[in-house]
Amino acid sequence: MGSDRHTTPEPVRPPVSRAPGAPRVVVAMSGGVDSSVAAALLVQQGYECIGVTLQVWPSDLPETEREGGCCSLGAVTDARQVAWALGIPYYVLNYQEIFQTHVIDDFVAEYRRGRTPNPCIRCNKDIKFAALLRHAEAIGASHVATGHYARILRDPASGRYLLLRGRDRHKDQSYVLYSLDQEQLAHILFPLGDFTKDQTRAVAERLGLRVAHKAESQEICFVPSNNYRDFLGRVAPDVRKPGPILDTAGRKLGEHPGIAFYTIGQRKGLGLSYCEPLYVVDLDPERNAVIVGTAREVWRAGLLGSHANWVSVPELAGPLKVEVQIRYNSKPVPARIEPGPGPGQVACYFDQPQRAVTPGQAAVFYQGDRLVGGATIERPLPVTKAS
Amino acid sequence: MSRVYLDHAATTPVDPRVVEAMKPYWTEAFGNPSSLHAEGRRALQALDEARNQVAAVLGADPEEIVFTAGGSEADNLAISGVLGAAGSRKYHVVTSAVEHHAVLYTCQFWLRQGYEVTVLPVDEYGQVRPADLAAALRPDTALVSIMMANNEVGTLQPVAELAALCRERGVLFHTDAVQAVGAVPVHVRELGVDLLSLSAHKFYGPKGAGALYVRKGVRLQPLIHGGGQERTRRAGTENIPGIVGLAAALRLAQAEMTERTAHIRSLRRRLEEGLLRLPGTRLNGHPERRLPGHVNVSFAGVESEPLLVNLDLAGIAASGGSACTSGSLEPSHVLKAMGVPGEWIRGSVRFSLGRENTEADVDRVLSVLPGILERLRAISAQGAQSRQ
Repeated sequence: MGSDRHTTPEPVRPPVSRAPGAPRVVVAMSGGVDSSVAAALLVQQGYECIGVTLQVWPSDLPETEREGGCCSLGAVTDARQVAWALGIPYYVLNYQEIFQTHVIDDFVAEYRRGRTPNPCIRCNKDIKFAALLRHAEAIGASHVATGHYARILRDPASGRYLLLRGRDRHKDQSYVLYSLDQEQLAHILFPLGDFTKDQTRAVAERLGLRVAHKAESQEICFVPSNNYRDFLGRVAPDVRKPGPILDTAGRKLGEHPGIAFYTIGQRKGLGLSYCEPLYVVDLDPERNAVIVGTAREVWRAGLLGSHANWVSVPELAGPLKVEVQIRYNSKPVPARIEPGPGPGQVACYFDQPQRAVTPGQAAVFYQGDRLVGGATIERPLPVTKAS
Repeated sequence: MSRVYLDHAATTPVDPRVVEAMKPYWTEAFGNPSSLHAEGRRALQALDEARNQVAAVLGADPEEIVFTAGGSEADNLAISGVLGAAGSRKYHVVTSAVEHHAVLYTCQFWLRQGYEVTVLPVDEYGQVRPADLAAALRPDTALVSIMMANNEVGTLQPVAELAALCRERGVLFHTDAVQAVGAVPVHVRELGVDLLSLSAHKFYGPKGAGALYVRKGVRLQPLIHGGGQERTRRAGTENIPGIVGLAAALRLAQAEMTERTAHIRSLRRRLEEGLLRLPGTRLNGHPERRLPGHVNVSFAGVESEPLLVNLDLAGIAASGGSACTSGSLEPSHVLKAMGVPGEWIRGSVRFSLGRENTEADVDRVLSVLPGILERLRAISAQGAQSRQ
């Protein structure tokens, strides 16, 4: 990063057209280039923007533990200076308690149950687009804006708010937003929905934003160095609970230090020698066992999802052809979904078996760019049900 | 939009007369007071004069004044300086639950070094009961540190009474008078304290300038080692413009205290009465024994953070709780210690008035608040419903 990046950038002047009663928008600023440009674009579009950073960490944590994450002190420093350069008010809001109870506690509890949670989905659902939306309303703002790469459109035919993939497919973040309901979508702005990452950086550069060349943060904001095992061991020492590693026939092959340290499909770190490579195929909290199997046994025909949320349709009435994504970065694959046995459940059958269906992760359904809905993966379904 | 500044307990604007007094010491009289030449002598003369003036206002001798870089340093120097010099047989320190973090965290630091710390409780108004202090004193108590006036609620402590108790028992007494100096009369001999901290920016002086009164005969170990400045109690080339500003601001505060207090008190009466007329409002702190400019109120069913943001966006600067490193709010340890119920703590806001405030400022607060409160309460009621 060149030292010229530290020179004071030219403030972005709001357009002359800005009316005194311009809509007030709260922009969640993480200190990264995306949310910074999102704020800049909204200012240019004439919105009255208020920048906020959610402080989700105890402020008395040692300095070294707080670096890097999206809401760390360093993030606050960057977000604050971008907000100042844009000429908008900026606040750091204390979200420690609610973030702990809704995101971190849930994250730990899910691992305890042998599941692999996606805390960003939880944070979007309960924090950014729930608590913060109420907070925004409380300060007289009609919308919350973020730097997510996704688009919200209103379907003139059905009147529903649609969630579309970001124009930049490599950056698309609609997956972590599937759980938003219509009320939430009606009050959200994603200014970067039509942008590519390169365009975003170009805007940041043109505006002289100090974060234009900041590296991408891909990690979970509250897990230092992306090492979730260390994090779990520290905040929930009880997850260190040794147990057996079993094969799918129930034979004991070894010992594990705690099922929370494993994830479905994992091959490394099992410490087993066997005639063919072994993978984690199941985590059984009842028996406190890690179940391993051969490569073939990691492939699954379908999944059962729970807590389904529907976006492009009001509900899932019958079978539907979709593409499903079972992990944040996985390729969408063709599948058929249909209502599951219980309320809020959905059954999904892949056209071709998929590797590592992981309970706790989300299955998100699309039709092209359009997000149909999504659900939390409860368990794999073994065989394709004939329809 | 014009701004209404009601956060004088956080800091105050520098009085233009103080700026004027400081002016020569940036470029013209820039000398180092430790130098032997004319430039140095001029700076040293300014330093001596400032020290004489500060001592005169506080009722101290000039050599009892140690200039510091502010209130927190003065508090740190008082506690760590006394404990560091007290020797190994005195390892007990007494403080109160409502102290500023500069005092509380310094005591916690010594706790981690193996010292013992007694934190005295306070009553519902935030006052320490003298009987509690008397019971806490031990033969090995090196120091008692209890603030003169609380920064959050403004409550005044019975410092003279507490100091007298300590003197009878041969225990040193420090008071953090950062909020009090400039707002109420502070005379070290009348108070009977051994050490007293003050900070210039709380009384229309510059930031980065403070002082610690250290009674003659009190042994103090320096925090900052180096040159022999401040009688070897605080090394480092003196901040002459800041110190000159501190002295000028302190003299003005003393000279104008009667009229300033009358003005601020009348504004506060107006503000407090107006606030307490709003439904679901309570006053925190002592109704009488309180700094003239402080009004700490709680609003039922409201979170202080969005309330403060709303006020800011409406042009009004107030504060609540204590700000952490990043600027977000932490629940107030002061209100907690006073036994204020949690839901009232969450909705607490501090308005602190100053000399430049007007009745129009107060009226503006009182006119915008009801609308904000109504909206916040409507939303929190909605939130409670949607959570059910």
